[in-house]
Amino acid sequence: MMSVNVKLDVKMAWRNIWRNTRRSVLTISAICFACMILVFMLSFQLGSYETMINASVNMSTGHLQVQSAGYHKKKSMRLVVSQPGEIGGILEKIPGIAAYTFRANAFSLVSSNKRSRGVLVTGIDPEREACVSTIKTMISHGRYLEQSDTNQVIVGNLLAKSLRVKPGDELTILGQGRDGSIAATAVIVKGILSSGIDAFDRSTMQIPLQYFQAVYSMGDAVHEVVITAKSLKKVSKIKKDIQKGIDAAGRGNGLVVLDWMELIPGLLQGIEMDLVSGMIMYLVLIIVVAFSILNTFLMSIFERTREFGMLMAIGTTPGRLIKLVLIESMSLTLVGIVLGIVCGSLITLFFQSHGIDMSGSSEFMKQYGIPARLYPRLSLVSALVGPAAVFVITFLAALFPAVGIRKLKPVEAMTHI
Amino acid sequence: MNNIVELEKIKKTYLQGKVDIPAINNVSLSIKKGGFVAIAGPSGSGKTTLLNIIGGLDQPDSGTVRVDGEKFETLTPSRLAELRLFKIGFVFQAYNLIPVLSAAENVEFVMLLQGIPKKERLRKAHAILDDVGLSGKYNRRPAELSGGQQQRVAVARAIVSNPSIVLADEPTANLDSKTGQGLLELMKTMNKEKKVTFVFSTHDKMVMDYAGRLVRLRDGSIFDDQSK
Ligand SMILES: Nc1ncnc2c1ncn2[C@@H]1O[C@H](COP(=O)(O)OP(=O)(O)O)[C@@H](O)[C@H]1O
Ligand SMILES: [Mg+2]
Repeated sequence: MMSVNVKLDVKMAWRNIWRNTRRSVLTISAICFACMILVFMLSFQLGSYETMINASVNMSTGHLQVQSAGYHKKKSMRLVVSQPGEIGGILEKIPGIAAYTFRANAFSLVSSNKRSRGVLVTGIDPEREACVSTIKTMISHGRYLEQSDTNQVIVGNLLAKSLRVKPGDELTILGQGRDGSIAATAVIVKGILSSGIDAFDRSTMQIPLQYFQAVYSMGDAVHEVVITAKSLKKVSKIKKDIQKGIDAAGRGNGLVVLDWMELIPGLLQGIEMDLVSGMIMYLVLIIVVAFSILNTFLMSIFERTREFGMLMAIGTTPGRLIKLVLIESMSLTLVGIVLGIVCGSLITLFFQSHGIDMSGSSEFMKQYGIPARLYPRLSLVSALVGPAAVFVITFLAALFPAVGIRKLKPVEAMTHI
Repeated sequence: MNNIVELEKIKKTYLQGKVDIPAINNVSLSIKKGGFVAIAGPSGSGKTTLLNIIGGLDQPDSGTVRVDGEKFETLTPSRLAELRLFKIGFVFQAYNLIPVLSAAENVEFVMLLQGIPKKERLRKAHAILDDVGLSGKYNRRPAELSGGQQQRVAVARAIVSNPSIVLADEPTANLDSKTGQGLLELMKTMNKEKKVTFVFSTHDKMVMDYAGRLVRLRDGSIFDDQSK
């Protein structure tokens, strides 16, 4: 019987909505517009975060790293991962890993015949590195390292500029080996790297890992095992698997597994701040819309006071009237929300395939190497969270005037002008 | 007891600004089952107030009201609403109908509130509209009906679930005299055929002539009460 009852109620609500066509169209448009903006903006934010994380991860840190405990903070030469091949063997068996590589780092004094700079020299495995990071694609002059190279070096373009070197020039490196001995060598600039990110281009200097290990007396040890995942979503699962694998191999103490959030905490904070400021903006938008809707609901109830008086007189309970009014306002809201989700999704899908030009993007984004085009990403979350918030807030806005019906007295309401 | 309505020493005073306006002054009245009773009096004599008190829409300052054996003082507002829904039919002077619903749906609406299943609602709504002379006009909205037809829909809605009593407050006030007469004829017919008790108010001589009993009101008191 309930379903039959709902029918006449819904019919009545629907017709009441169209009693004032213009007002309803305006209200629906406001709701629709708010939902459209929310769907698009949220998709855009979430999409660009993913791009940012991947850009940042692919250029430097990887999604995950295995390091010696404490290395991430102290960057001490002596905190090494020994027998990295064994860790590699563990990683090979874990699904979801796209690639991994080894790196070692040492702060050193680097001199050309004109200038000297303190630089973090990194030893990389050229072949493996190319699978993990995008560095190989960023060589602007000269060439990338090859597996057979020894005393060759890749230099960031800003660093090269300040050292005044170009491919073919010689650099001397002076540092301290793992055992405390002096590490000194002369290397030839093989390539210049231009990522477009100043901080990166100002500090990068890479030599072949084997050569690094020889110069700095590392043996076969490294400082970082850098891992990329096939997708961002799998990172936390992979992290657990690696930890399990390391523990099983008896290398649990001394080694830690860090994810991108731990490796680049600034990126996560930036994302969180961006999300929060976005949320505040959305909330303001929703509240503005809610007030215009509240106004509509108040008007449409006020105009019908006499009708409500008659309905109560013939035996309609206040609860029933409130239900009728809520069905009405929620139908109106739902029409706007559904339209908004559809339009918002279509617009999002358009830009998802065409991209949005971000050449004038914010500092925060530049800092983490955002490409010139960003792509929003429509997901269930980005399509539904905003509209759901609109629904909840409009429901509250509708509840307020509806509950006012409780106070109506039939006789007074019927003589209402 | 075959009294549908029993009023005992009803008093009702309105406070307007600082002045007390006595609307009903010590009225006692019994109405028998099956009656066709007119409450007559000039404007401001207390007809509407009295009907509202009988219908449980308004509460007297003192005195007791019984309708179909139920003593109103003891009822909660929701019980009172239920009583109105099942036992009392209302016809007002104007704004009787839900504008967005058709004639049949307006009649259906009360039955919906009463929890009557859809099929029966439809059958009864059509049958009662036929009875009040509106066959073929089931799907007209109030705005597409004349004033007299609208009042007929209101009568149909009031009597469709066989209430104990129908209260009609100046049902003909907004109608021309011929249409008003037609409505009165209809109410009289329904009263005879369906044994529905009618109490209606009027200040129109011609309408009073239809009444089986004429209760005259002046300044909130009954000064004449005649049965024909
Ligand atoms: N809500 C009210 N507030 C103040 N006075 C009222 C109110 N309703 C009715 N009255 C007064 O009560 C008296 C009776 O009114 P009413 O019952 O409407 O008479 P009738 O229906 O016979 O015209 C009148 O003097 C009227 O002014
Ligand atoms: Mg009156």
